[in-house]
Amino acid sequence: MDLGENMESERQNPPEQQPYASVLHWSTLAGFIALIITFVAYMLGWLPSYVPLEQLPHLWSLSTAEYLKATGTPIGWSWLFAMGKGDFASLLGIAILAGSSIACIAAIIPIYAKSRNTTYIVICLLEIAVLLVSASGIFSTH
Amino acid sequence: MEPQDLAGSRRNLRFLFWLLPAALLLLAIPAEAAEAAAKTGATAWWVWPLALFVVCFFLGMIAVPAGVGGGVLFVPIVGSFFPFHLDFVRGAGLLVAMASALAAGPSLLKNGMANLRLAMPLALAASISSIGGAKMGLALPANVVQIALGVTILGIAALMISAKKSEFPHVARPDPLSQALGIHGMFHDAISGKNIPWQVHRTPAGLVLFLIIGFLGGLFGVGAGWANVPGLNLLMGVPLKVAAGTSSMILAMASSSATWYYLDNGAILPIIAVPSVIGMMIGARIGAHLLTVLKASIIRNMVIGILLFAGIRTLLKGLGIWI
Repeated sequence: MDLGENMESERQNPPEQQPYASVLHWSTLAGFIALIITFVAYMLGWLPSYVPLEQLPHLWSLSTAEYLKATGTPIGWSWLFAMGKGDFASLLGIAILAGSSIACIAAIIPIYAKSRNTTYIVICLLEIAVLLVSASGIFSTH
Repeated sequence: MEPQDLAGSRRNLRFLFWLLPAALLLLAIPAEAAEAAAKTGATAWWVWPLALFVVCFFLGMIAVPAGVGGGVLFVPIVGSFFPFHLDFVRGAGLLVAMASALAAGPSLLKNGMANLRLAMPLALAASISSIGGAKMGLALPANVVQIALGVTILGIAALMISAKKSEFPHVARPDPLSQALGIHGMFHDAISGKNIPWQVHRTPAGLVLFLIIGFLGGLFGVGAGWANVPGLNLLMGVPLKVAAGTSSMILAMASSSATWYYLDNGAILPIIAVPSVIGMMIGARIGAHLLTVLKASIIRNMVIGILLFAGIRTLLKGLGIWI
């Protein structure tokens, strides 16, 4: 492949796209598998639920604030320490899916570093910071 | 117009005439049946997630060929016809939009239909503002959000009716910011068999637009493919296919930040969110095949009809006229 072909290929598919796609594929797959397994365990009663399933039709029409007050459901990252309950375990897959962008962006920073693309390193770090701050619950209403 | 074209149009119209009410019926039956059963006290809790799965399966089927994300159909329809509070519906809507975008991401990136250098700066703007939108959405009274959502959904339907598209927009000169960021690329157009180079303009205006789009996505939980694609295509001059692919990448990142906010605040109920995501994903796979048998324009018109219906219903529900 000569220099011209190389540049055209890079223009069509920049080098960071492939690793981003690979991490995205595996993290999304892991998220979906976790989502389905934990939800099946929750629905079939293999994992007991924190809020009994038969009570949910009386509770899901409440606002979030009212629901949390009525059920005493912990918020923030507390669910991670209550994985024995089906309703909290089901959040694991959701968290993996929501966190997959962080892993993907982190995976391409070394590629930008190699090409000394400072602008995109900064953009990647800012995006990761925004996602981490959002995940941390700093802006939480409670 | 040639006689055979005219006959074809009439056939399409006739088909649409039957398809639209059938789709509305199919979407409403599970929810209405479950609601009716609830009134007689005979409903078991599992009827609702099952009805949600069925409805989302049909929504997924029509969302893909219509070129809209699932979230924009999910929130007004589930918010109008199911007994769940709008907080939980929006949380599930964001998850539906994010999951669909994440699943489509790898292949879009590998075949050059999505471009990360274009997506990253815009996604950063949208991610920041979507947290603000999510925060405001959970703080405002439900009826206020419902009214604003109804108006927005009707606006989206109007946008879908009126918006023009440009397959390969002409960008005479890229703007300095896009040049500094190295936003340009090339994609292989399978129809013409050619490699099409592209560049963008009006990047600063694009950043401002994506701040607004991210805010609305977080506020209503509807995702933002409906706004991303026209923004990239008509404002910034990105070829339509690259705009659609890159929109998914932006949506995945912006929805993630808002999803974290909803998750942190207890606004995601797995019993609502998970059947919705699974139903939508399975339906979307069948929807992709539907494209080969049905004209995309027919399904697009059907989705516009559903959006108008759901938008009016949402607005009237928010105003307390049709509870």
